[in-house]
Amino acid sequence: MSSVPRQARDLSVVPTADLPTHLADATANDVSLRRFLFGLPGVDPVGIEQRAAGLATRSIKRTSKLAAIDLAISMVDLTTLEGADTPGKVRNLARKAMLPDPDYPEIPRAAAICVYPDMVPTAVTELKGSGVKVASVATAFPSGRSSLEVKLADTKIAVDGGADEIDMVIDRGAFLAGLYGSVFDQIVAIKKTCGSARLKVILETGELATYDNVRRASWLALLAGADFIKTSTGKISPAATLPVVHVMLQTVKDWKAQTGEQRAVKAAGGIRTAKDAIRYLVAVHEVAGPEWLDPDYFRFGASSVLNDLIMQRRAQLDGHYSGADYVTVD
Amino acid sequence: MEWEYSPAPESSAIADIKDRYLPFIDGTFKEGNGEDRETINPGTAKRLSTVSTVNEADIDRAVNAARQAYENVWSDMSGAERGKFLFRIARGIAERSRELAVVETLDNGKPIKETRDFDVPAAAQHFFYHAGWADKLQHLGLGPAPRPLGVAGQVIPWNFPLLMAAWKIAPALAAGNTVVIKPAETTPLSILVLAEIIADADLPPGVVNIVTGAGDVGSTLVNHRGIDKVAFTGSTAVGRRIQRELAGTGRKITLELGGKGANIIFDDAAQDQAVEGIINGIFFNQGQVCCAGSRLLVQESIAEEFTERLKQRIETLRVGDPMDKNTDVGAINSEAQLDRITALMKAGIAEGAELWSSSCPLPKNGFYLSPSIFTNATPSMRIAREEIFGPVLTTMTFRTPDEAVSKANNSPYGLSAGVWTEKGSRAMGMAAALRAGVIWDNTFNRFDPAASFGGYKESGFGREGGPSGLAAYLDTDDEVVTQ
Amino acid sequence: MSHLAVTKTYKLFIGGAFPRSESGRTYQARDDDGNFMANAALASRKDLRDAVVAARKGYAAWSKATAYNRGQVIYRLAEMLESRKAEFVELIMISTGASTKTATAEVNASIDRLVHYAGWTDKLAAVLGSSNPVSSPYFSYSTPEATGVVGILAPTGTPLLGLISVIAPVITGGNACVAVAAEHDPCVAITFAEVIATSDVPAGVINILTGKITELAPHLAGHADVNALDLTGADAELRTSLEQSASETVKRVYVPKGVPDFTAAPGIARLRAFLEIKTVWHPTGALSLSGGTAY
Repeated sequence: MSSVPRQARDLSVVPTADLPTHLADATANDVSLRRFLFGLPGVDPVGIEQRAAGLATRSIKRTSKLAAIDLAISMVDLTTLEGADTPGKVRNLARKAMLPDPDYPEIPRAAAICVYPDMVPTAVTELKGSGVKVASVATAFPSGRSSLEVKLADTKIAVDGGADEIDMVIDRGAFLAGLYGSVFDQIVAIKKTCGSARLKVILETGELATYDNVRRASWLALLAGADFIKTSTGKISPAATLPVVHVMLQTVKDWKAQTGEQRAVKAAGGIRTAKDAIRYLVAVHEVAGPEWLDPDYFRFGASSVLNDLIMQRRAQLDGHYSGADYVTVD
Repeated sequence: MEWEYSPAPESSAIADIKDRYLPFIDGTFKEGNGEDRETINPGTAKRLSTVSTVNEADIDRAVNAARQAYENVWSDMSGAERGKFLFRIARGIAERSRELAVVETLDNGKPIKETRDFDVPAAAQHFFYHAGWADKLQHLGLGPAPRPLGVAGQVIPWNFPLLMAAWKIAPALAAGNTVVIKPAETTPLSILVLAEIIADADLPPGVVNIVTGAGDVGSTLVNHRGIDKVAFTGSTAVGRRIQRELAGTGRKITLELGGKGANIIFDDAAQDQAVEGIINGIFFNQGQVCCAGSRLLVQESIAEEFTERLKQRIETLRVGDPMDKNTDVGAINSEAQLDRITALMKAGIAEGAELWSSSCPLPKNGFYLSPSIFTNATPSMRIAREEIFGPVLTTMTFRTPDEAVSKANNSPYGLSAGVWTEKGSRAMGMAAALRAGVIWDNTFNRFDPAASFGGYKESGFGREGGPSGLAAYLDTDDEVVTQ
Repeated sequence: MSHLAVTKTYKLFIGGAFPRSESGRTYQARDDDGNFMANAALASRKDLRDAVVAARKGYAAWSKATAYNRGQVIYRLAEMLESRKAEFVELIMISTGASTKTATAEVNASIDRLVHYAGWTDKLAAVLGSSNPVSSPYFSYSTPEATGVVGILAPTGTPLLGLISVIAPVITGGNACVAVAAEHDPCVAITFAEVIATSDVPAGVINILTGKITELAPHLAGHADVNALDLTGADAELRTSLEQSASETVKRVYVPKGVPDFTAAPGIARLRAFLEIKTVWHPTGALSLSGGTAY
């Protein structure tokens, strides 16, 4: 198990009271929130898809490729969110997160594992002292269709169980019905329940359906105190895409320019290969900036991509392509 | 982590650059009787190859070959047959596309990313599109049986050597003409590879003839009595001269000349994409594009914020070896062009505009220039009126849509304009009001053989691409000297 | 007691009005037998300058009109001409010595010519424009637009039919024009100007100057605010020098093949010559995120 102890960082979110006036005013009420969100610049879908496709043709220097793979591995939130999850499954996942490739012990550990709230205690026990975080979904994941009471209770279970991070879902129905204040208030309430746990806010971009909505939901989540804005639950398609993550990276970059504060992005769902992952890293580097090339500020929500990263890492080190039999399934 | 992009150099071996290239006349590569010329790789400032050039006698031979081919072979051939030759050429370009892309990058200095993803595929598409017209000319609205003009003399520039060759050759041949074409003296190679493709396609000898050389060769060609039609793409100054020289000869001309395109950003624009559009508009092909968005007209209410975003984005552009797949901005085509650009930049500074340049490192050898912006420019400055033809943007503000139209149209040029707004009615209204041959809404530098391209006013007359582009190569009942 | 005719002064037609030449000059229009017909204004380059200014204004108004509206106006020209047919037949007979039959045929053809062009205005975009099937996510269309101000040298020969055949296609496309009438038939030209003035044609869309082509044409060809030229009325030598002059401002120049037969069907070359093709591109975004490139 390799880990370089991370320097302590203050990752807490600035309270609304300290935000610049134009942002604090935006959240005064429903009307001002709507006005703010609709005052944001639009996103041209053709233009952004072309830019994302153009960035995807960048190639990384061979000597940097290994570092890129390692960075990507260190950014993975290794995930299992199945009805059939058992303590055994979660334990295997935790072991894999701590040491993804036993034949190469220097390999970085994953950033976190992500499980359902009732699996949190198992994960916490298994990962104790490893530096791998425990993230839990919450708030009636994945649909988000329940009362606020249920969502808060769901969150509390995870927090009390010892989760370091909470991956909540926003109320997409409320968002699409234009009830932005309601979406906002829910996030604020969940954030409070999180205590010291970092909050990832899942936008479920596939249901938001337009880039303009992705931009608005991203800003809304940041205003409400999100530590991470996250693309998807991974349960529907489309999940993360380069252009969508592009919009979110631009948002956190703008947020930092306006508040001095750096928030994070998580791309989840549909990222299957190391090549995909590296394309996302290129986007992070070029759209947001090198300060985001850090597991505290960018994550991959995925399961299968880790094995491809491991295989590509082996290929870099061994000088030949690897095969599926050389990496563990679980 | 140490974040470094490769050099991810494309291997230049595939280009198989010869030591010497020859003109292509009457179906064969033969020594010309003019002086040899060297061609340089602008990315390294080193010699790339040598080209044999033509003299007047060679031009006579070429025109004669084109005439013979026209009279005896090409004009007898059915449109369908002509079309099939053009389809073969399109396929040939696609097959040798990687080689062509590398040759083009080495000879011109533009990034391999651009030649690979734009220049070469577009050239193939241009032949493919026009191949299909060859047997359908009766549907152009020019009468039941429009006739070709005969022999076309064509002169093309150095900024898109292969693509300009395609834009000239394909419609001329589709319409039933034969051609004698002269590439620019700094970029003669890719068209000579195209000549190999043309020969491999078994195109009858003399249908396409390529004469190499400098301005004097071009002048002799366009003034040659054996030419029925002249097509020229290049500077407005030379275009004027050609039009003057051809006065009274009855020879048909089309001219595609310079521009000073306005890229107009409204306060409701999708800003991040507008930034991309500006970048593309002025740094694509190092700004060496007739339709470049070389004037930025940004609405005053967002000007400061927008300019800041623009500068930040420009800082991420990679200027470097054109053969590097990660290079965004390549080399300027020649030392002479680099000098012209820097001279105009000096004028801009002297006139009081503020110059900002990217801090990107530049390679030591080769002809390179940092992407630059002039702010605080006014419409009366030279940098706002004259075509710089380099990676230099001149920025001005406007207050209202009417003012934007007025400023954009206030130019002797009229080739292109860009409009950035999320408001559909305004996009349509601006497109109608702007006096330019190509209007790009929420995008820039889009080209397609089906979409006509050409200028208003001193940006030239006549169109290339689409049905109106074909009309320039056909004879109808009334003779039109231009267009 | 026979009536003493009130002779008409033939002035220029500029900006919808009939001013004299600012030079004060006139010249004698003579009939086919050489008899004095009238004093016509001898236009100067300053008149031409004023005419171009009027044309540029007229063009601004004309280009705002819908194609349908322009068609209606050109049709009204035909109506007005029809209603004054007898007058024109007589005038042509006197001016050119044509027989009644020939003169009548000319006037009829002129009226029909106007009707023909009236029917073109709202069809040019369909025939000369296109929706472009580009291979990228854009809606692209190409559409014809007027080039602006056209300088026309009217032909000699059939004074009414010739004049109308060179002016009508120019204004059909939305252009304004400054036409220099055939030197020896100023009366027909200016009488036709009266028809124009009563036909709802916006001021300045058509301007007619009478005088010497050799004096006026060079100023037309050199004028930087004239976008295009129709050199029908110039002889070969004059044409060459005019084309040279036109190159200074990259004007579009139209020259007919040989001697045009204006009784024949006009074709569309004269329409196309003074139209610019404008191509517009507009993104058609996918309506949802699933249209994008998913990595």
